[in-house]
Amino acid sequence: MSGPALLMCPPDVYDVAYEINVWMSVRNRPDTSLAARQWGALHHALAEELGLDVALVPPMPGAPDMVFAANAGLVWGRRVLLANLRHPQRRVETPAFRAWFEAAGYQVLEPPAGVPFEGEGDALLAGDVVLAGYHQRTAIAAHRWLGETLGLEVLSLELPDPRWYHLDTALLVLRPGLVAWYPGAFDDYARRVIESRFETLAVVETEALRFGCNAVVAGRSVVLPAHCPRLQADLERLGNRTLAVPMTEFIKAGGACKCLVLRLDLGPAATDPVPPPERPTQARNA
Amino acid sequence: MPVETVSLDGHIIDSLTLSKVLDLILLGGGSYRIQAFQVGVTRDEPSHAEIEVRADTSERLDAILARLGQQGAARQGGEAECRPAPADGVFPEGFYATTNLETQVRVEGRWLPVARLEMDCCIVIRPGPEAACTPFNRVRRGDAVVVGDGGVRVEPLPRREPGDAFAFMGSDVSTERPKGLLVARVADALREAHSAGRKVLFVGGPAIVHTGAAPCLAALLAGGWIDVLFAGNALATHDIELALFGTSLGVDVSTGLPTAHGHEHHLRAINAIRAAGGIRPAVADGLLRSGVMHACVTHGVRYVLAGSIRDDGPLPDVITDVIEAQEAMRAELDGVGVALMVATTLHSVATGNLLPAAVRTICVDADADTVIKLLDRGTHQAVGLVTDCEFFLRELARGLEAGG
Repeated sequence: MSGPALLMCPPDVYDVAYEINVWMSVRNRPDTSLAARQWGALHHALAEELGLDVALVPPMPGAPDMVFAANAGLVWGRRVLLANLRHPQRRVETPAFRAWFEAAGYQVLEPPAGVPFEGEGDALLAGDVVLAGYHQRTAIAAHRWLGETLGLEVLSLELPDPRWYHLDTALLVLRPGLVAWYPGAFDDYARRVIESRFETLAVVETEALRFGCNAVVAGRSVVLPAHCPRLQADLERLGNRTLAVPMTEFIKAGGACKCLVLRLDLGPAATDPVPPPERPTQARNA
Repeated sequence: MPVETVSLDGHIIDSLTLSKVLDLILLGGGSYRIQAFQVGVTRDEPSHAEIEVRADTSERLDAILARLGQQGAARQGGEAECRPAPADGVFPEGFYATTNLETQVRVEGRWLPVARLEMDCCIVIRPGPEAACTPFNRVRRGDAVVVGDGGVRVEPLPRREPGDAFAFMGSDVSTERPKGLLVARVADALREAHSAGRKVLFVGGPAIVHTGAAPCLAALLAGGWIDVLFAGNALATHDIELALFGTSLGVDVSTGLPTAHGHEHHLRAINAIRAAGGIRPAVADGLLRSGVMHACVTHGVRYVLAGSIRDDGPLPDVITDVIEAQEAMRAELDGVGVALMVATTLHSVATGNLLPAAVRTICVDADADTVIKLLDRGTHQAVGLVTDCEFFLRELARGLEAGG
């Protein structure tokens, strides 16, 4: 049997309490009750509509961005390549995620000291290739670590535009050879790499700005932010089922559907039986 | 030219990272040479490249390397390692021995130029931080001396432009070149140094006086073409002998004939200057009225006379402590752009040891051996001119006078 497919963190403490990307403004804070409803709608779409097993990590007070679980790390089989978040404001999240992974029996691997790595936000699997973003959050030095640790090819893609600070804000892997993307988020070299290696579905800027690329793919189903009609129509035309979820309150922090979800179902070992978590042996007298 | 090697690892070909890095070097105004390149055998195996990056200034190189750092290019070589000098005048074991080439050391993450560069010294790091080339006699116990060659980079001499006077002369010792043309190029080099605000250093031996070239050298000094003179006891002594008695080593310079008791003239000249209290007092008293040393005093040309073990006298101006003499020579080297070494082996090698390789160095001697000795002792920047010094100085004085 396999474990849960996805990990999410309820938005109980979600807020825009600081500004670490161009989307964030402490003068434009989210409506927390509306955010809770939007998060609930996403969870419902994934867990109920698509029937995926979604695990939850308890939110931690003082970590308002912990809701963006995609940045916790990259899960590969029973190992998690833990994040080393660039901004000190977010580093408080990592111990909380580490505790969850350890309790769930994952082997926790850390990036080299001082090398920023922001998990699935900048590392997307496309078959046996890792598409990896860098420059704004993740450092390219982390890509080498990813490649060596996973034994996979890593394609390094530079993100020069501060609006697209994570790879998952501008690129969506629909299946191993096909990506939806907003080309304007990438530099010329990255564009050439993507165009030479993948079939592409371009997302228009207006819908990219509504975080259309920040969607969750499960087989032929795509859960994407609402108000991206062209992308939604293109995805349907390609034979996908689409579920649109309003994400306005999370876009205020620079995130949407994908940022709120960490995949637990990647890697060769994901289908292996889940080993029981290691716990201290308790002495029991017969 | 500042240079540094970076390494690049990962899937640098398929990610176009290597292409991007090379483009960034060129766009940043630098140039590169790929020193090593290992391509991953399978798609998931990483590749490795070592790239030598050059730029015309350290600032530009640093700007390029900062951009390359964002692309994952790692700078090689860490910080310079220092150990304390164990005693005054003693370098620590494993000290880095300097060359005369422009050198930088990496301290606190920055490349510092090494000041007062000369060969065969050590590098001392002082708070600031500052890096100074330091000879044995200046090292004090506890000084932080660079050991090993990690965190040290040496910049090779730039290639000379084809139009450069020195490129024409080449760095080999040849007797088979048109001499008049070569002397004209040396005159150009002197003019260029002065127009660039650099000083001209002249290092001379007594053959200048013996061959009758002293008036030519005096004319160059009087004309302001030479800013500093290095010599020994002999040049000054025979120059003064000529001024006082009309002979050099007892030979009448105007007739070429030995004179009666002429072999004593240089001793009597030394004695006269000793009695006067030195060369400057002798000029002031009207005792010394012509010649090379007279021209130095009357035209404000600085001079250092360094003694040797075979000296007669010596003249009171001669510094007989060799360490003190070296220090006096060092003190005059700041701002020197051209060094002209004429008819002396000892003082040419001694001066060559103190000069940074960036100083254009011309060695003129009737014997090719002198130039070869200079090159063999590390003054690789020297260009040689094998010719009689009287011909050279006469042509040089005429060329500079004609050229203005």
